[in-house]
Amino acid sequence: MNSLVEAFGAAWRLIAGFDDELAQVVGLSLQVSLTAVVIATLIGLPIGAMIAVERFRGRQTLIVLLNALMGLPPVVVGLVVYLLLSRAGPLGSLGILFTPTAMVIAQTVLITPIIAALSRQIIEDAWREYDEQLRSLGAQRLNAAMTLIWDTRFSLLTIVLAGFGRAAAEVGAVMIVGGNIAGVTRVMTTTIALETSKGDLPLALGLGIVLITLVIVLNALAAVIREMALRRYG
Amino acid sequence: MLPLELHELSFTVGNAAIIRGISARIEAGPRTVILGPNGAGKSVLMRLCHGLLKPSSGRIVWQGAKNGDERKHQAMVFQRPVMLRRSALANVMYGLKLAGKSRSQSELRAMDVLEVVGLAQHAERAARVLSGGEQQRLALARAWALGPDVLFLDEPTANLDPASTQDIENIINAIHASGTKIIMTTHNLGQARRLGDEILFISNGRLMEHTPIDRFFKQPVSTEAASFIKGEIPWQ
Amino acid sequence: MAIMMRRALLVLALSGLLQAPMAAAQQFITVASTTSTEQSGLFKHLLPVFEKKTGTQVRVVALGTGQALDMGRRGDADVVFVHDKVAEQKFVADGFGVQRFEVMYNDFVLVGPKADPAKIAGGKNITDAYRKIAAAAAPFASRGDKSGTHAAELRLWKSAGIDPQTGKGSWYRETGSGMGPTLNTASAMNAYSFTDRGTWLSFRNRGDLVIVVEGDEQLFNQYGVMLVNPAKHPHVKKDLGQAFVDWVISAEGQKVIADYKIGADQLFFPNAGR
Repeated sequence: MNSLVEAFGAAWRLIAGFDDELAQVVGLSLQVSLTAVVIATLIGLPIGAMIAVERFRGRQTLIVLLNALMGLPPVVVGLVVYLLLSRAGPLGSLGILFTPTAMVIAQTVLITPIIAALSRQIIEDAWREYDEQLRSLGAQRLNAAMTLIWDTRFSLLTIVLAGFGRAAAEVGAVMIVGGNIAGVTRVMTTTIALETSKGDLPLALGLGIVLITLVIVLNALAAVIREMALRRYG
Repeated sequence: MLPLELHELSFTVGNAAIIRGISARIEAGPRTVILGPNGAGKSVLMRLCHGLLKPSSGRIVWQGAKNGDERKHQAMVFQRPVMLRRSALANVMYGLKLAGKSRSQSELRAMDVLEVVGLAQHAERAARVLSGGEQQRLALARAWALGPDVLFLDEPTANLDPASTQDIENIINAIHASGTKIIMTTHNLGQARRLGDEILFISNGRLMEHTPIDRFFKQPVSTEAASFIKGEIPWQ
Repeated sequence: MAIMMRRALLVLALSGLLQAPMAAAQQFITVASTTSTEQSGLFKHLLPVFEKKTGTQVRVVALGTGQALDMGRRGDADVVFVHDKVAEQKFVADGFGVQRFEVMYNDFVLVGPKADPAKIAGGKNITDAYRKIAAAAAPFASRGDKSGTHAAELRLWKSAGIDPQTGKGSWYRETGSGMGPTLNTASAMNAYSFTDRGTWLSFRNRGDLVIVVEGDEQLFNQYGVMLVNPAKHPHVKKDLGQAFVDWVISAEGQKVIADYKIGADQLFFPNAGR
């Protein structure tokens, strides 16, 4: 109990005395996870939409696989990306291990299946409703998929946020491929892990509170947008 | 496009026969009303004609169509039209853009039809927040904007109040007057009488009668039609 | 689909551009080191001096000694800065390192609960203390992660003539994690634990733990530094890396190391070239 109170005190001091180091850590967290979620959306959304509207052999298998990949352990993703990007690995010549780019790649791998699987579900539900109407208006599959993405955009926003939340909160993958280098690849979650291992639990928890607050603010923002949009577009 | 010929058309789902061997020839001109009790197969027949469903057997032939362009010359209004999450105007423009019209062409044409259906002042409003009657008028506008030779309407006034029903029927007549062939389903005898020139009476998946409207009501040939006419409440 | 893919590539390129200035503005080397040097705060004290002097940024990835050496073996680091002499010599002998230089030593301490169930507090002989812990079957938290500290701990068990594996499942607990998490565990269950002094001094969550044994010569812990062999990994920044190695063992570098203190305690004792 006492240490929880201390943690809130530490969180408050962190926010009140927002220094450069913290700003950099928070900034990098946002930069990496937002970039990852944007790329994952650009890859995952078309995949989800394609599976939703197309009928092909192995479709059911693919859906099962995607749903399973939603539970990918971050450490495993981190390890695989590490082995790929390591100098001794196939992509070693890129020299991007222990850079933010490597962290973006790992998080993208982690959340693309989430965005693909969840958007598939939403778009497929919408497709049942829209199918005949869109075909009657002359929409081909590709047009239909685009229309469905646009028309379910507010629900999809929730998915994108879920992806962002997962990316921003994970530590296993970015720790391995980023190396938690001070000032270069240190993000909020790896800082929390570091402070925990230094035994500074209040500071670690304080950072955790800052992280959660950030995610809450983003989600609240999205909820407001969604609410306004629903009132406007029905 | 027309005439439309149906040759021994059947449609089954699993073991259930929904449409059983319907043959007919539907000519250009008169407003065709597909009439029958609920569950007779009216909507399915219309979807088969419009190409949304594939027949289990039999053929659909558009005698006047050039190779494979029949899809472009027909449109359909559903009983519960799906409104896209965008403005009324954008809903109408959607089909036009799919048909390859430019943005400015689409907008001009869309504003024209919205004017005709009385929705011009709502053009920029979101389609989904319009009332049920307004949405149905918008659906008509969206279909009509495509300039189809044939317009299918599936129970277009189900669930609407009398005033909205009146609006919709006026618009249907206007579309007919502009030269578009009307093919619609209804289970409402009054509407069939007001809008129909000829009747296709369907019962239990079979075509029982195909006759001009006057003859249908005066001298129904089949017992099913006779009892359907009797069973209906006269003032409806 | 094609448009989407193109957009995805565009964003990738853009994000790369965003990060490029951060990554490329400054020349840098990557150093694989241990949690003890990072977490004790030594690098925060040492590296800015070097960076200011040379303009070379030093990026430290802090791992266990075993992992750090593995990073060097894979070519993912330019310099390795660790503390397991035997493993380091093998690293160089296998051709992965150019030449090993001794840098400094610190010392390990044995920490344990104030209640001191094994009655070893104030002792000067570590192997003696180990025997008493085993005899009393008092809880002992080991890192169990093949790190340099873990290796040192195991060597001492061996010279005490005890196989701690026999206590596994009862008093001997392997956490399989770094020094900090292991100390957190020890603090939570009032166990004895073997730690480097630097990590201990900067560790905040001590609970009832205090130092029980220190000062035994067997507890001295030698650090070594070496350039990863450019013959094995041609991309190794051999000039910048060697410059760092040379500076750390130079008179200036050694003095900066000696100056680092937590409170009144000096943590690392430079001994390069001796």
